[in-house]
Amino acid sequence: MRGLKVYAITYLVFLYAPIILLPLFAFNDGTIIAFPLQGFTVNWFVELARTEALHDATVNSIFIAVTTAILATCFGLFAARAGNRHSFPGKGGILGFVMLPLVLPEIIVAVSLLVAMLQVGLSPSIWTVIAGHVLICTPFSIAILNGSFANMDKSLEEAAVDLGETPVSTFRLVTLPLVMPGIVASLLICFTISLDEFIIAFFLSGNEPTLPVYLWGQLRFPGRLPVIMALGTILVVLSILLLVTAEYFRRRGLRRAGLDDTGGFL
Amino acid sequence: MRGPIITLEGVQKYYGEYHALRGIDAEIGQGEFFSLLGPSGCGKTTLLRAIAGFEDISGGRILLDGRDMDGVPPNRRPTNMVFQSYAIFPHLSVAENVGFGLRKSPMSGAEKKTAVGEALEMVGLGGYGGRAAHALSGGQRQRVALARALILKPKVLLLDEPLSALDKKMREQMQTELRRLQRQVGITFILVTHDQEEALIMSDRIAVMFEGGIAQLAPPQDLYRRPASRKVGEFIGMMNFLPARLIEAGNPSVEVEVPGLGRAILEPDQCPMGTGGEISIGLRPESMTLLFDGQNAERVAQGVVEERTYYGDMTYYDIRLDGAPNIVQVSMRNMPGRRVLDRGDRADLAWDARAMVLFC
Repeated sequence: MRGLKVYAITYLVFLYAPIILLPLFAFNDGTIIAFPLQGFTVNWFVELARTEALHDATVNSIFIAVTTAILATCFGLFAARAGNRHSFPGKGGILGFVMLPLVLPEIIVAVSLLVAMLQVGLSPSIWTVIAGHVLICTPFSIAILNGSFANMDKSLEEAAVDLGETPVSTFRLVTLPLVMPGIVASLLICFTISLDEFIIAFFLSGNEPTLPVYLWGQLRFPGRLPVIMALGTILVVLSILLLVTAEYFRRRGLRRAGLDDTGGFL
Repeated sequence: MRGPIITLEGVQKYYGEYHALRGIDAEIGQGEFFSLLGPSGCGKTTLLRAIAGFEDISGGRILLDGRDMDGVPPNRRPTNMVFQSYAIFPHLSVAENVGFGLRKSPMSGAEKKTAVGEALEMVGLGGYGGRAAHALSGGQRQRVALARALILKPKVLLLDEPLSALDKKMREQMQTELRRLQRQVGITFILVTHDQEEALIMSDRIAVMFEGGIAQLAPPQDLYRRPASRKVGEFIGMMNFLPARLIEAGNPSVEVEVPGLGRAILEPDQCPMGTGGEISIGLRPESMTLLFDGQNAERVAQGVVEERTYYGDMTYYDIRLDGAPNIVQVSMRNMPGRRVLDRGDRADLAWDARAMVLFC
């Protein structure tokens, strides 16, 4: 028992110690990432605010992540509903192919997308990155929404139709509110996956780099490291806020649907 | 029975190769409490869903109030359904659930509110409107589902095993209440159930279904007293089946010899005589009586008590008849001062030819 406790604590330290270093050096008054600390400064955050290219990369990343999250969740919603409610010829095969990017190495997806795009005459841009990200995010969205649909009683949609609603208004009045927690979860997870995805963005972004691609480029200049630390600190804080929000909505959704909590992110 | 509200004409349903409904013909009357009774997989739910419009039929016609329902989607049919799971919308309040079907009605907001209140009152849930739907008990959900369906004043209310999820006590209470509600609103109810007792208690008429076809369609008493086939007799209540021999096939009466019991003259009303082959008679456990201490009867058979099951109010005996390989089950009410026989005791058994049903 004692051994397990030590193991668990060591594990957590290895997992989180590097993250604690981020804010430490972000506020450290020295360009070299090493102990002892030199003193407190917010200079790196000021410099961060002045870096034009970084702003562009951030805007690119957020635009890509938001668009990807919306598109992938829409596709996921349709696919999950079709998979759960209907049977059609070739269903197993089609759903299998849709889920395939989940296990496909990203480097293969990236290279093949690049080749395909150049062949049809598309040049790398934000939109090609979005296409790639939607491809890898859709399976996650389907997996999350599959759970939502599987939890939902099939008779609920039938009851709405029986009470005079059309299939479209049934979707709006019954299906959508009941799978809303799944939709929110899918949006957040797709957003996160897209935001820190590197390989596809690196291959397909051309001269419109995303944040991870820009950061990777900056690593070549040791003097820029503290600025990156500052950026990392901001990202960590934002991620925590995002997770807490997602969990809040998930629990609220469960309460409203009267379901038991089966465990979530937090 | 006033004129039919539903006419089923040779209704067929195939699921691929599987023949789920094999030509259903029936007329269901205005204001009737009609039950579809059968074991699971007999097609009763499929038929109900076909009437509601959730299943397309492969052949035949369904007429609702004289209108052919072919191609009419569920939202445009004058039917409403109470689902087995009740399908209460968990994200809405009780009042929003009950008023769901009124969304497109031309009523004003205040009228809708009144209608919802009345519907809740009718099912005994007055004042529950503001509650969250997911905080209700099973019986309350059932009532909300009923109010939600009845508020639209459908021509036919369809109930898909509505009581199967309730515990015994609540189920018995709801059986009486459903019956009362049906008389009150005067709407045709079609109930799907696998519980023969429930069907007998509640229905005006029952259609017994086996393997996608109607085996017998009759009022509860006729169904119990005169099952059309051995299968129906076996499914509804308990019945003893004894092989019999045809002595004389007259018109309208026939004389049969039942080994162990003796000769009986019957007036078969549903058995085409003269077909020959094997015949048997059916006899309910309560239509035979054990004789105690000097009691007498016109027709008496002898046997030995093979097994005895004591239920408090009733005792069931398995009795092996003398001179025959048959064991018959007899039920006796336990009256004050009446003995309960033990295994191995000799028993005198009085029987009545009028209670016999002839199967051939």
